[in-house]
Amino acid sequence: MNADAILSVRGIGVRFGDVEVLSGVDLDIRPGEIHGLIGENGAGKSTLGKVLGGYYRATRGEIAVNGRTQDRWDTPTALANGVAIMHQELQLVPALTTAQNVFLGLEDHRRGVLRRTEADRLAALMEESGLHVEPNALAAHLTIAEQQKIEILRALAREARVIVMDEPTASLSKAEIDQLHRIMRQLRDEGRSVIYVTHFLDDVLDVTDRVTVLRNGELVQTRDTAGETKASLVSAMLGGVKSETLYPPKPRDVGEVVLSVRDLFSPNGTRVDQLEIRAGEIVGLAGLVGAGRTEIARAIIGADRAQGTVEIGGQPLQNRSISGATEAGVVMVPEDRRGQGLVMSLPVRANISLPHLGRVARGGVVAQKTERGIAKRLIEQLDVRPAILDGDVSNYSGGNQQKVLIGKWLAGDPRVLILDEPSRGVDVGARETIHNEIVRLAKSGVAILLISSEIEEVLGLATRAFLVDRGTLVDEIDPDRVNVGDVLTALFNHQGMKDGVT
Amino acid sequence: MTRDRIFTFLQTYAVLVLIVLLMAVLSVSSDSFLTARNLLNILNQNAPLAIMASAMTLVIIVGGFDLSVGAIFAMGSVTSAWLAVNVDPYLGLALAPLVGFLLGCANGIVITALKVHSFLATIATALIFKGIAIAVSDGRLISARIDAFTWLGRERFLGVFNAIWLMVIFAVLLTFLLNRTTLGRRIFAVGGNEEAAILSGIRTNRVKIAAFSLAGLAAGLAAIIATSRVALGQASAGEGMELQAIAAVILGGTSIYGGQGAVWRSVAGVFLLALVNNGFNILSIDPFFRDLTMGLIILAALGISAIGQRR
Repeated sequence: MNADAILSVRGIGVRFGDVEVLSGVDLDIRPGEIHGLIGENGAGKSTLGKVLGGYYRATRGEIAVNGRTQDRWDTPTALANGVAIMHQELQLVPALTTAQNVFLGLEDHRRGVLRRTEADRLAALMEESGLHVEPNALAAHLTIAEQQKIEILRALAREARVIVMDEPTASLSKAEIDQLHRIMRQLRDEGRSVIYVTHFLDDVLDVTDRVTVLRNGELVQTRDTAGETKASLVSAMLGGVKSETLYPPKPRDVGEVVLSVRDLFSPNGTRVDQLEIRAGEIVGLAGLVGAGRTEIARAIIGADRAQGTVEIGGQPLQNRSISGATEAGVVMVPEDRRGQGLVMSLPVRANISLPHLGRVARGGVVAQKTERGIAKRLIEQLDVRPAILDGDVSNYSGGNQQKVLIGKWLAGDPRVLILDEPSRGVDVGARETIHNEIVRLAKSGVAILLISSEIEEVLGLATRAFLVDRGTLVDEIDPDRVNVGDVLTALFNHQGMKDGVT
Repeated sequence: MTRDRIFTFLQTYAVLVLIVLLMAVLSVSSDSFLTARNLLNILNQNAPLAIMASAMTLVIIVGGFDLSVGAIFAMGSVTSAWLAVNVDPYLGLALAPLVGFLLGCANGIVITALKVHSFLATIATALIFKGIAIAVSDGRLISARIDAFTWLGRERFLGVFNAIWLMVIFAVLLTFLLNRTTLGRRIFAVGGNEEAAILSGIRTNRVKIAAFSLAGLAAGLAAIIATSRVALGQASAGEGMELQAIAAVILGGTSIYGGQGAVWRSVAGVFLLALVNNGFNILSIDPFFRDLTMGLIILAALGISAIGQRR
């Protein structure tokens, strides 16, 4: 272990189910530095930040503070050792005041009776740190930027030496970001360390002293920021070598327009002027996390309230609800298979038939034979293992759960299939099966909209693709002519332009 | 067996194992227990509660609680006796379940329209229903000693009390509904993962309203059986039955977190509680121990349910 490091990790590995999210990561955080953690979507930067802050338990590897290896590392131990984490979703109690939130768990009391000294203590802390907030305001009434200050003060109240900030700027304005950067520098000048997890490269170049790049869960490099440029960071994030994944040959026969979307607006920021997908096309949407790709899909299928026209084969969708869309043949495979996709307490068969119950039933009674027939066909088509109709889906591997989820939506023979992160968290074998199935469906005349955080997957499968930023389609790209680096650079540039405006 | 399997097994069959054990103990310790007369009496006495627990199973699977079924029972009691005395006995028997159904439907509409937790909403509606029952009966007992009214609760068909027949038919119908119909499947889906159900195009509000309506219907049905048996309609009938019904459902291993469960197990839960009660009576043990024992049994069932959830 490195003796000058305040916090160091060796050989950190994290598995979620059967997916390796991080492996063999070594990192040293020095006292008094701002350390950036960057990487593509899914590279593991946020996971590493959460491991450092004690929020996620590492499956393998060691963590040492000031050279002393720790046997356990969870949030309380991390705090006791001066390591605090500031989550993307801030963890404040809305009904308490700023001061009460800052000293939550550290209240001054006499035999359990509060002495109500928080406001004075906060005043002292603010004096010392130069961070100013209104002590008696309720947390619920504060802006995100102010709430973040509370989180930082909270870390300082616990005498944190290292503060992990996980994507802190996601919902801040330009002015607020600058202010946060000033606070970070000030913390550094006091000898504290900040670990800054972000996907904004300009911010990394602006404020960090050193930067660590991750790719596919592995460490690429840790270097002084002074010697880096946006281009050098992007190329480090992507790596020199093309990854090994082979994609099936793309479908090239294009038919009539099946899905036509015009002037689609939704309250959560979707603005799509025009999007047309023809039979046999795979149209990809690429964007950074939070760019609003999922929201576009939800607006199309009627999961969120939206204005605008959606036409299927020339017929406008009248009934803007999910069941209306399903009947018209537009379906979406959602991104979160546990939260939004599968009902874990129902068997495979019942999960597959769930959106189609109306059609597999006669007089309200489920026709078991029809239901089993449909499930059997899809289990075979997608090679679900184990191939048991009544299998307990909660015991299946991630890849096989994902196949069941896709099968659930293929069971209705859709004309338009929207796939949101179709291969997230699945093993290589299942991924290949899913990719082959997507291409096979397109060849059979289904119009496909593919959303993926993996730019490579979009380029590898899509016949056309759009870049998405803040809910709009900003650029159309030809997936056969551009590489991942071009796309990523373009995405960061769009982001930069928008930042300049705000 | 792995740990997981043991818990799944316990959650499914613990109630049967306990019933068998208890029956064995009671048969050995008392001659009057294992007689057709005593057993039929237990079934007959608890048929109304078993009917309510059967329907409560659906509400709990869909992810809700219904604390108003006791008050709906009271409404059913008052309605049926009042109609029997003032209009027609058969009309009383026919309309009370319908009233129950409508009140249950009102519960469902309130819960889904206001988007409040059913636990809270049904506390409020219970008070309203109870209030109406008191107003209708003017706070008095309504005596309905009419043969055309009391046959349902007192007479037998093929040697078995009508109440038992009704209970069996109702439980079988609900089992069919839950396991073979689209509504049943949707009930499981909404309770198991509401977000997935919504994204599957299921109108989850309608499913919830249906479950609460059935719970109301069951309370009305239970009320006519009990009211015709005692030939008395009263607004204080059914007090505490909602908690007994919920306890029986949980004892049957239906997850309080929704998404899993079976009707037969709730019926078994009712009879487990009934056997404990009967056993303490037969053996004339201090009632203090009876309540204590029931409390401990329910606590154990809750523990198993919670562990099952955490897996």
